[in-house]
Amino acid sequence: MSVAFEPIVGRYLPFAFQGRTYRLYIEEAGQGIPLLCLHTAGSDTRQYRALMNDAQITQRFRVIAFDLPWHGKSSPPAGWHEEEYKLTRDFYIEIIVAVARALELDRPVVMGCSIGGRVVLGLAADHADAFRAIIGLQSSASPSAYYDISWLDHPGVDHSEAALGAVSGLMAPMSPETERWETLWHYMQGGPGVFYGDLHFYTVDGDLKDRLRQIDTTRCPLYLLTGEYDYSCKPEYTLEVGKAVPGARITIMKGLGHFPMSENPALFRSFILPVLDEIARPG
Amino acid sequence: MLERLPDLVNGNTALVRRGRCFSATFLVEVGPRGWLVHVRDGRVTSVERGPFRMASWSFALRGTAEGWAKFWQPVPPPYYQDMFGLLRQGELRFEGDLLPLWANMLYVKGVMGALRGNGGAS
Repeated sequence: MSVAFEPIVGRYLPFAFQGRTYRLYIEEAGQGIPLLCLHTAGSDTRQYRALMNDAQITQRFRVIAFDLPWHGKSSPPAGWHEEEYKLTRDFYIEIIVAVARALELDRPVVMGCSIGGRVVLGLAADHADAFRAIIGLQSSASPSAYYDISWLDHPGVDHSEAALGAVSGLMAPMSPETERWETLWHYMQGGPGVFYGDLHFYTVDGDLKDRLRQIDTTRCPLYLLTGEYDYSCKPEYTLEVGKAVPGARITIMKGLGHFPMSENPALFRSFILPVLDEIARPG
Repeated sequence: MLERLPDLVNGNTALVRRGRCFSATFLVEVGPRGWLVHVRDGRVTSVERGPFRMASWSFALRGTAEGWAKFWQPVPPPYYQDMFGLLRQGELRFEGDLLPLWANMLYVKGVMGALRGNGGAS
């Protein structure tokens, strides 16, 4: 064949969880230490496209990402049309653990961004022994809403335009235009009410401040990397987490915003490679 | 000066297309100064400078002079690159009928962003 496919392979998994069956979309590339990646609110696994295409990473890491139910190519469960989607803290924490277990991942590294950067703090508190290392991007421990999110799910406003309007400014102004608009396209493709429902976790049912004291970084290392242009999860919120968690390793990333791995993969690489090198180092 | 908006916006085909269904008047406040921006089908038809005694508008963007000045820098400092950053920093408020604003958020951001590097309201 003369075409040059990317090394990323995607599959669908029928997945029973908490009494319902979901059809999950999971994609991966590479081999070695499992690295489970969690997308942001209202988006999907494509945010990690660059990581999965980076041979320097995939030669040592099996990079895996799944679309949460309702997101990307993962379907909502049967009966979705009769309920309001709302992501809750406990559902979010437990489905990540359940997916890792179902895939028989051997103590994976987990990396999440935004809501994913929040939920990994819950994983660190409750499931440290299940993970080799935990990486939070744009992590904060507590909800802090700054606009009326109900506009994201309003019949008078096209929800993809509303999502675009709400997140377009969260990236660094110097991030490459192509990657910025790719990132925004993912947002525009989210289903109605899904971004809004995810923000239920981010702004209401997602406080992990009380669990920070349970995090033991000697059992599972915790790395927190936050882009300086992110006014949603400001660097100061990540630094607050760092104060509460002895041993957390914090990097404030200059020139990046709320979607570091997607808005400027080349620059993000310079920050994440040293972390992955450290995790992969024997002993 | 916001009076330059017709020149800055109407020649931008992509921006005008983005606002093709937007026809409204909105108020922009930069500290104590105010402007009414009149838009029809994505084109800025006129801009009036205050003070106003009996202004009619659909929604208002009321911001501090300091906040807008940072927003309009060629490369804004962190948090000031977007109107939502100004909201977050307490440097901007949205008021009035927010439905047309939310329905056309990227267009309105584009109009205000057109002044970036052009001296903003100075």
